[in-house]
Amino acid sequence: MKLRKATVAIATGLTLSLVLTACGGGSGSGDDSGNKITIGIKFDQPGVGLKTSDGKYTGFDVDVATYIAKELGHKAEDIIWKQAPSAERETLIRNGDVKFVAASYTINDKRKAEVSFAGPYLMAHQDLLVRADETSITKAEDLNDKKLCSVSGSTSAQNVKDRLAPKADLQQVGGYSECLTGLENKAYDALTTDNSILAGFAAQKEHQGKFKLVGLSLSDEPYGIGLKKGDTELQGKINKALEKMQKDGAWEQAIKANFGPANYKNDPAPPITETS
Amino acid sequence: MFDFLDSGQYDLLDAFWVTVQLAVYSAIGSLIWGTALAGMRVGPVPIMRSFGTAYVNVVRNTPLTLVIIGCSLGLSQTLGFSMGADNFDDIGFRMAVLGLTAYTGTFVCEALRSGINTVPVGQAEAARALGLGFFQVLTLIVLPQAFRAVVAPLTNVLIALTKNTTVAAAIGVAEASLLMKEMIENEADAIFAVFSVFAFGFVVLTLPTGLLLGWVAKRVAVKR
Amino acid sequence: MTSVLYDAPGPKARQRNILYTVGFLAVLALLAWWVLGTMADKEQLESKKWSPFVTDSRVWTTFLLPGLWETVKAAALSVLIALPLGAALGIGRLSDHAWVRTPVGVVVEFFRAIPVLLLMMFASAAFVQFTDIESEIRPMYAVITGLVLYNASVIAEIVRAGILSLPNGQTDAAKAIGMRKGQAMTFVLLPQAVTAMLPALVSQLVVIVKDTALGGALLGFSELMYQNRAITANYGANTIAALTVIALIYILLNFALTSFASWLEARVRKGKKGTGAVVDIKTVDAGGAGPGAG
Repeated sequence: MKLRKATVAIATGLTLSLVLTACGGGSGSGDDSGNKITIGIKFDQPGVGLKTSDGKYTGFDVDVATYIAKELGHKAEDIIWKQAPSAERETLIRNGDVKFVAASYTINDKRKAEVSFAGPYLMAHQDLLVRADETSITKAEDLNDKKLCSVSGSTSAQNVKDRLAPKADLQQVGGYSECLTGLENKAYDALTTDNSILAGFAAQKEHQGKFKLVGLSLSDEPYGIGLKKGDTELQGKINKALEKMQKDGAWEQAIKANFGPANYKNDPAPPITETS
Repeated sequence: MFDFLDSGQYDLLDAFWVTVQLAVYSAIGSLIWGTALAGMRVGPVPIMRSFGTAYVNVVRNTPLTLVIIGCSLGLSQTLGFSMGADNFDDIGFRMAVLGLTAYTGTFVCEALRSGINTVPVGQAEAARALGLGFFQVLTLIVLPQAFRAVVAPLTNVLIALTKNTTVAAAIGVAEASLLMKEMIENEADAIFAVFSVFAFGFVVLTLPTGLLLGWVAKRVAVKR
Repeated sequence: MTSVLYDAPGPKARQRNILYTVGFLAVLALLAWWVLGTMADKEQLESKKWSPFVTDSRVWTTFLLPGLWETVKAAALSVLIALPLGAALGIGRLSDHAWVRTPVGVVVEFFRAIPVLLLMMFASAAFVQFTDIESEIRPMYAVITGLVLYNASVIAEIVRAGILSLPNGQTDAAKAIGMRKGQAMTFVLLPQAVTAMLPALVSQLVVIVKDTALGGALLGFSELMYQNRAITANYGANTIAALTVIALIYILLNFALTSFASWLEARVRKGKKGTGAVVDIKTVDAGGAGPGAG
């Protein structure tokens, strides 16, 4: 009989937790009431968009997005940050889950068929990150007999394979941290992706002095703000906000704050090109 | 609907061939490793017994995903142990085999242990009366009978192993599930066709194995 | 059985055992020395890589515990949905009518033959295409869908084995007092089978918990395994340390579940009220429930 009681207790417990989760899961984005604004950013790219252990958000994209939100009339407390993984960005915008996306989002024609862009607000380039004492890698061709790491599905990896160094031994892993561990362990010789992301990692206090950027411009990656296709009103407002940000020095300040320690030579603020 | 099969863009057979290779190498590895573990767990040396028990309890309760990623990240990257491979594709494959072996070995060990328990006590007693030592009792008398009793459970382990090879996608081994992931992303309008092709592939791999070994299990079972 | 494999050690055997012990310990020590030495060489043992897990409680409150909660939630929901579904399928497979028995059998065998990862990936793609489930919870839905489809068929087999494990007399007696088939099933067979099945069901929970990790590694479901990425982005790429801690949490959770299952099994076997029949997970896991994926 005791066992039956135990069974009942377990069943009750499980049901309770089910009910609780069912209630807890519902809330979230979508409600713009009370002047809230939902913005999509990266959660796992230090310097660009990162969820910190305080549950706060930092990075260049976050600073830019906060500035834009302010210009649109939203206080910083009213922003709801939402994770926008690379593969999800178009879907998030199309479904209206977010007002706009600032997530190391390169403007290109393929994406422009699905969403509209404002900006660009940063000109990034594909670059290499190597150990601080590395001297044998100075140009892309040097990679041909080297072990190279990138994140699976990224355009940077495809670039290397297709044209830069077809003979490089390229490993594609799930996340940048795995690449960095391997770079530190000498399992890899270089890590490639956008220099903004690389600079963000290199600028972390745990990594200072360990890695350096090679400083190549293997491709142009103009970062734009992604928004719903055809929303020219919002596009105009955001472009105006970006221009103002560049003029009043907030842009420069955000660059310094997020990429400063990495010896990252940023391009000057790019002119706005995405108008309709 | 199935036109992606003819496009030549995807090499389905290649991907499934990797799956089969993963399964075969890991099956051989885990059979050996599982037997060794079982030997340790029933042996007379206390330290080996506790090692066997601890290993089985720890590894069996760890997600296979974590075991395989651990092999790739810990063993190959950090410790520089690459099993003689020199490019990342080979290293990934071998690390996946190693992870699958380490994980599946625990299930082989547990199956064998219950098989050993089905061998009548008199068998081992008779062997000891003849003056055989532990190793001889185990390898000559008990294990051969135990193996015949556990063909059916081991078949289940083998089928599970075949399905578990899909986890190797987590470290980028180009087996069936990784190809399916890629195809789902590229052929968004044909996901039912893509899924049914891969599902069919796995049914083809697992069903005959089950039937064949089920028949073997009946043939070799010790009638008691 | 195990103790009859070797004689009680005499003086010589005892000496040999000591030799084996020393040798085995030496090998283990050598291995540990190599592992730790190489890790120290590559600066993986630096305290700043490991100390956040002890000194910084925010690692736990922001990443690990919410991740663990997602894992537990997905596992619990999967079991709760799969249980009735599995029971229905299991009873369906025992039906007297071939037109029920056969299709149910095909469904059960199909879902047991397919890797759960494939089911999850398919579910994820299907949700993107045919539903407007929010992107944040979509991975969780996909993981739960995959787990439910697979585990319902495994539970179906557990239920079937549980009912078949009952003595024939139970059905006969039910029939003798005039119960119909449905009544015999709901009032006589199922209640008894449930006790016999419980340990196997709890063991299956371990498999489910392990399988959720697949969703974290490959589908972006923010469960425990997935937190590895967020933690390492914050604390200087301490992947080894983060994965070790995550592995420990999984092992503790699953070890607790396994121990609970064995305790339950011992209780059921001892119990005088029931039939004492227990469904052995190993007898029903033709599809691989025991070893599981993930």
